[in-house]
Amino acid sequence: MFIAASNWELLWQWKGNLLSGAISTLQISFLAYVFGLSLGLAGAMGKLTGGKVLKGILEVYTTVIRSLPELLLIVMLFYLGTDMLNRLMLTLGYEAMRINGFAAAVVVLGFVMGAYATEVLRGAIQAIPIGQIEAAKAYGMSPFLLFRRIILPAMLPYAIPGLSNLWLNITKDSALVAVVGYSELALQTKQAAGSTKAYFTFFVAAALLYLIISMTSLRIFGALENYVRRGQPKLG
Amino acid sequence: MGSSNGQPAVVVEGLHKSFGDLEVLKGVSLTAHEGDVVSMIGASGSGKSTFLRCINFLEMPTQGRIQVTGEDISLKTGHDGNLHPTDRRQLERIRTRLGMVFQSFNLWPHLNVLENVIEAPVHVLKVPKAEAIERAEALLQKVGLYEKRNQYPAFLSGGQQQRAAIARALAMNPKVMLFDEPTSALDPELVGEVLKVIRDLALEGRTMILVTHEMKFARDVSSHVIYLHKGLIEEEGPPSQVFGSPKSDRCKQFVSGIH
Repeated sequence: MFIAASNWELLWQWKGNLLSGAISTLQISFLAYVFGLSLGLAGAMGKLTGGKVLKGILEVYTTVIRSLPELLLIVMLFYLGTDMLNRLMLTLGYEAMRINGFAAAVVVLGFVMGAYATEVLRGAIQAIPIGQIEAAKAYGMSPFLLFRRIILPAMLPYAIPGLSNLWLNITKDSALVAVVGYSELALQTKQAAGSTKAYFTFFVAAALLYLIISMTSLRIFGALENYVRRGQPKLG
Repeated sequence: MGSSNGQPAVVVEGLHKSFGDLEVLKGVSLTAHEGDVVSMIGASGSGKSTFLRCINFLEMPTQGRIQVTGEDISLKTGHDGNLHPTDRRQLERIRTRLGMVFQSFNLWPHLNVLENVIEAPVHVLKVPKAEAIERAEALLQKVGLYEKRNQYPAFLSGGQQQRAAIARALAMNPKVMLFDEPTSALDPELVGEVLKVIRDLALEGRTMILVTHEMKFARDVSSHVIYLHKGLIEEEGPPSQVFGSPKSDRCKQFVSGIH
């Protein structure tokens, strides 16, 4: 075995750190995902039904965010965001505040994911045959009812594969918030590996944890996809 | 209109519609009284579907006046040069009185047949769910789809989907049914089952406006027939006149295929 008995002991000693790191990863990812999805839904509807100005702003948002490396964005948004917030506080006469690393990670990751989600959801909404929307209008549905009862459920079959990708991405992108000092699975692993010098052991352990997260997520998304596609025949 | 036997249900006056430079409707008027079955026939591109879609504002007309069950729809010209309803709630209210049946059925794929039928009654008209289900089951019985009520649309034949769509329109208890080429997307052997359902509705005295290519059917069920040519009414009258002794040569030629 690659992992000697003493390494098992090391893992056992550090298991708390790794698990709390994994939980942080899940928490950040989940909240950022929900935030990003809300931005994406608003962004998609804005792009499809908004006026010129709104469409322009959204175009800049999705283009810029999707063009830049995530690592750069996270560092930039984190320092820029905290700096701007503190300047604002000072101008308003308050003291500069310490930014909560967790909240910052969620907001920054969610903001980045929102750009991708906007495009996934825009595509999914546009994939709905127009006749289904016309039918809803013809029976007197208001725009909100139409969105809630028809557009939302009808676009999900087209959106779920893309949204599932975004979730897998975000669980791994959350590792990037380590660079701004927030401790999640990747940073906990690095620290454990650094203090024990058992790099291989801890990196393999972290890889397994990421794999478990991904595989569980895929099962959940698979079940979700089956549900939203319940009205459609299966291929083959 | 000779066959009028009630109050006017739909009155359209001088309807124009342009798509860019193309003028599809050049001033078409129609009155459907309660109990009337008005059929619109004409070649593809004559504007008959566009006309029907303007009645419930799925298409915005460029000019004209539309009245449904005595209520004028208030309109104003928008930036795009088309008329738009000024009052969204009025439009939504009017639309609930017009039961639309589409060429391509347009059932909602994420809802099963029964759910499709109760969707608008429950969420738009706020009918209690139990009551809506009871009514929907009776309607599905009527169109011969009760056994398929828990199926999703994608698993039904075209004819079954269209019958479900007719039940969905009827569930709103509309004052007027609008049929937009309801059998044009169907395989020939499935046309009959859908026409039978529409014929039964005509016999019940339902007010209907029907855009169709099924000439024999139009001749049999209509109280009034309009032949549209290039965005204008070329000939109209009772079916005996339009199909039997049309004044217009073009109409004569158009209907000569049937006997």
